Amino acid sequence: MILKYINRKEWFIALLCVFAITANVYLELEIPDYMTQITTIISTGGEVSEVMKEGAEMLLCALGSLIATIICAVMASYVATSLSKRLRELEFDKVQSFSMEEMDRFSISSLVTRSTNDITQIQMTIAMGLQVMIKAPIMAVWAITKIYSKNLEWTVATAIAVIILMIMIGCVMVFVIPKFRRIQWLTDNVNRVTRENITGIRVIRAYNAEQYQDDRFEAANKDLTDTNLSAQRAMSFMMPGMSAVLNGLSLSIYWIGAFLIAGAASMTDQFVLFADMVVFSSYAMQVIMSFIMLVVIFMIIPRASVAAKRIEEVIDTEPSIVSGTMDGETQIKGKVAFRDVSFRYPGSSEDIVSGLNFEVNKGETLALIGSTGSGKSTVVNMIPRLYDATGGTVEVDGIDVREYDLDTLRSKIGYVSQKAFMFAGTIESNVRYGKDSESATREDVERAISIAQAKDFVEATDKGYDFNVAQGGTNLSGGQKQRLSIARAICKSPEIYIFDDTFSALDYKTDSVLRAELKRHTQGATSIIVAQRVGTIMDADCILVLDEGRIVGRGRHDELIRTCPTYLDIVRSQMSDEEAGL
Amino acid sequence: MNPGSRGPGRRRGPPVGDTNVKNFRKAWSTLLNYMGPFRKWFILALVLAFVSTIISLVGPNLLSDMTDLIEDGIIHRELDMDAIAHIGYLLASLYIIGAVMMVVEKYVLATVTQRTASKLRTDISHKINRMPLRYFDRTTTGDMLSRVTNDVDTIGQSLNQSMNTLVTVVATLVGSVFMMFYTNHIMAISAILTSIVGFVLMALIMSRSQRYFNIQQADLGRMNGLVEEIYTGYLTVRTYSGEKRAKVDFDEINESLRSSGFMSQFLGGLAMPLMGFVGNLGYVVVCVVGAVLYLEGAIGFGVIVAFMMYVRFFTQSLSQISQAVIVMQSVAAASERVFELLDEEEMEDENGKTQRLDDVKGAVEFRDVHFGYLPDKEVIHGFNAKVEPGQKVAIVGPTGAGKTTIVNLLMRFYETNSGDILIDGISTKELTRENVHDLFCMVLQDTWLFEGTLRENLVYSKEGVSDEELDTVCEAVGLRKFVESLPDRYDTVFTDNAAISIGQRQQITIARAMIEDAPLLILDEATSSVDTRTEKDIQMAMDRLTEGRTSFVIAHRLSTIRNADMILVMKEGNIIEQGTHEQLLSEGGFYSDLYNSQFMKGMEDEDLTDRSL
Repeated sequence: MILKYINRKEWFIALLCVFAITANVYLELEIPDYMTQITTIISTGGEVSEVMKEGAEMLLCALGSLIATIICAVMASYVATSLSKRLRELEFDKVQSFSMEEMDRFSISSLVTRSTNDITQIQMTIAMGLQVMIKAPIMAVWAITKIYSKNLEWTVATAIAVIILMIMIGCVMVFVIPKFRRIQWLTDNVNRVTRENITGIRVIRAYNAEQYQDDRFEAANKDLTDTNLSAQRAMSFMMPGMSAVLNGLSLSIYWIGAFLIAGAASMTDQFVLFADMVVFSSYAMQVIMSFIMLVVIFMIIPRASVAAKRIEEVIDTEPSIVSGTMDGETQIKGKVAFRDVSFRYPGSSEDIVSGLNFEVNKGETLALIGSTGSGKSTVVNMIPRLYDATGGTVEVDGIDVREYDLDTLRSKIGYVSQKAFMFAGTIESNVRYGKDSESATREDVERAISIAQAKDFVEATDKGYDFNVAQGGTNLSGGQKQRLSIARAICKSPEIYIFDDTFSALDYKTDSVLRAELKRHTQGATSIIVAQRVGTIMDADCILVLDEGRIVGRGRHDELIRTCPTYLDIVRSQMSDEEAGL
Repeated sequence: MNPGSRGPGRRRGPPVGDTNVKNFRKAWSTLLNYMGPFRKWFILALVLAFVSTIISLVGPNLLSDMTDLIEDGIIHRELDMDAIAHIGYLLASLYIIGAVMMVVEKYVLATVTQRTASKLRTDISHKINRMPLRYFDRTTTGDMLSRVTNDVDTIGQSLNQSMNTLVTVVATLVGSVFMMFYTNHIMAISAILTSIVGFVLMALIMSRSQRYFNIQQADLGRMNGLVEEIYTGYLTVRTYSGEKRAKVDFDEINESLRSSGFMSQFLGGLAMPLMGFVGNLGYVVVCVVGAVLYLEGAIGFGVIVAFMMYVRFFTQSLSQISQAVIVMQSVAAASERVFELLDEEEMEDENGKTQRLDDVKGAVEFRDVHFGYLPDKEVIHGFNAKVEPGQKVAIVGPTGAGKTTIVNLLMRFYETNSGDILIDGISTKELTRENVHDLFCMVLQDTWLFEGTLRENLVYSKEGVSDEELDTVCEAVGLRKFVESLPDRYDTVFTDNAAISIGQRQQITIARAMIEDAPLLILDEATSSVDTRTEKDIQMAMDRLTEGRTSFVIAHRLSTIRNADMILVMKEGNIIEQGTHEQLLSEGGFYSDLYNSQFMKGMEDEDLTDRSL
């Protein structure tokens, strides 16, 4: 259970909360007693000053009960918000230790929900729970014991009212709540068709399929409307039913009271019964209210426990990649070696890549090419330990990557992913991103941007290097983002560059100028390039051709076109013979 | 992340609708007008709500009569059981009538509200079909989606609730004040004064809570933003060791969220107990004042009993007023956004057009075409070209050159500023858009499939396509094997997460165009990341599709460009050169630069992709 993350101090406070609630219930139930007193005083012809005195005491009780509630609210809010802060932090830290495997398993959007909405849900449930969840049973039990002794007939009437209410609420839970769940699903359905209508607007118009789409939408809309109608209509019986039961109960208590009083022997007995009647009706309301509260709680708990389970799933996950300890300097620089490396996803029986053996030394350029699904990205992802090899060893500068402290390993590598990512901030803060670029000067940033062929567009923006980048870089084009993400790697001045299909987002001219510039300015750095386009890698020192997870060819372009049929296939699909040098 | 998908995300968090509304009254009157035939039902429901509220107010009065009877009976040692039973039956029947009226009212309101929401959805869906593409190109999908779903949902959930609460609250307030004064004015004044003093105190505290609630919302927004950013960009965060920096930001927001969360949770939790206290205060005042009056013999004991209830009604409805106003505001804000969409400018009505082209040869002519996406920024200045039937036109240019503009104009997705595009000598402006669309098959780079069966996706809006025809087409585009591998062949349902590769998606869209079988073709040749074999299949399928059709191809393959009968070279939105491959090369202009630079550097041309509009 998620409650194990509550610390001692908070448990203690929660315990105090129980006391405060008990006090609150005690005082609240005292109030009708004062009513009895006041009634008796009035009906037996007492003094006004006596009424005033009782009234003042009753008001004190009410004030005391309010103070108890405030204390309880402070403590409950404290426990709820402290716990949710802790959970949020635990979860965030855990996710930060996740590698690609865990991120893919949970999916990013699910992790975001788990770290935000689910925790808010827990916070609200705990804050409310500590107040209502504890109060309702105490109140119900206490109020019942107060009236139980007074009179059997009235108690029976109250019990019947409670039973009728429970049946009503039961019906709602059994018949209507599932409908509401279905409504959620049907709403998503309407959402989906609308999304299709908007994203496919050109196709729909081109095929004159407006009517067709309308029919699809109407079908989804009708489903949703019908289900909504039946759920809402069923719910329309709920409120009137509940108030009818409450009204009916107070009428019954008075009506029964009339008979009881008529049957009583002495006038004193009659007055006692009369006072009891007034009090009983207010206790009866308390009993019923606490039952209704209990039901509400039973409806909230399942939802909160789903949220709790989802949070715990994240916190309890052991990250598959654990940092090593080696954080010193290495003697060799810029060398990457794969020794009989293979990789498979956990639970899978087949290797994604296997039998990988290759080396790349300082200053060399290694390229990987192959069709989609051939495992190119997987190979480079094993170098900064985004994945760990499941067989063999990956070495950087002569040392197994698993021995490195993760920060040390990653500071050697300038990794640029397939999809460029921008943080909210400025162009400069995006380029200067990360631990290793903290000490970079403005000149370093400008130089990196210039090498990455981004200088022109950056300087054309209204604020230049201080241009405000929106979250996710939505105010930049794909090519601009990609160039900035390359600048980010350059700014870090790493030993080894990894470009995971980075250049496809650039037009051919920028691609070629950028790579030439990069080569000129970063002599001595090793480059590993994953590419789709032959043109991007034709001049690499060594090209590895991957097919279904295996290396089926290695060498320079002019060698491969003669020796490797897979390579030749790829080349032919992209360029004419003369361009390829055939 | 694009801004579109972020839109709904912003709406996460506690369910408080956006209550920003520009014109509250206008929004509500638009909405009420819109209800049209449902309006009389709506009004009936509100009348019922009013009456049943009044009935529930009479209840305490009768109960107090009953109490008086009992008390008199005790004093006079003679309980009038008949009179008591009389009141009992009257009260019971009033309660039942009230409950029935309330049920009818809620039932009607639920029906009216859901029908209205349903009508809104339908109208928006129709509206989408009538709006010019210009609208879609400048609005995010997320924004539109949010209007169809979130905003319509808000209306669907809150329209009945808000009106109902308002009527009940007003009826209760007016009714209980009236009944209090009717029963005893001294007690009425003391009860009302006490409640109001209590509420002023409460309002003071609650207005602070609203402030903290807003701060909490802002903190939650910041937290969502940070978490989303750091999780989405985790590859960059990991590989650049940005975790510590992220943690610093996170800690700051987390602490701020804790403290604002604490304040708003705490103050928010006070509303109920405070209300309870105000209720108790009223109770005591009623008792004390009542006792004094009773002892003076001014009132019967039943009056005190009745007042105990009136005070409760009065305080409860006072506290519901602000609630009702907030709900009404969020309905107004939602309907404002919905009607904003429904009031958008529509495409020109074409019912008056009689000209129709059915059997075309496929000659296309651009005659002095001027066009710009923005009124003051023309991008195409007087373009002229003649395309003979069956010819192939290649459109080339670097990223962002606006190659899709030609498609937009040919299909009349956008209208030219001046000049004409003629098909077989007839201007497309004289034809209905529907007719123009009938003349073209179109395959876009953005392979659009919808949730449904493969058959539905292939045949789409065309009718009477046999399985044999489907087989032939799938054979032609190389989908045969894929179809055979599906569990229900053409009737296999594709859901969102179905494993259809990019290549197969392209093949399906090509097949769809083949089935459409129109005389003219628009083809966006983008080859995304597909493997070599699939790419060959797709190229073959595309070649089959162009056979015998006048084609406009956004070209990315050298072979297509070289074989084209005409090449249109685009740059910065404008068509800057036109001619055959050889002509353009010999001219030594932008095209020859483009071609030579890629040839000399050994670049291929795959990535002349055009994602911008």
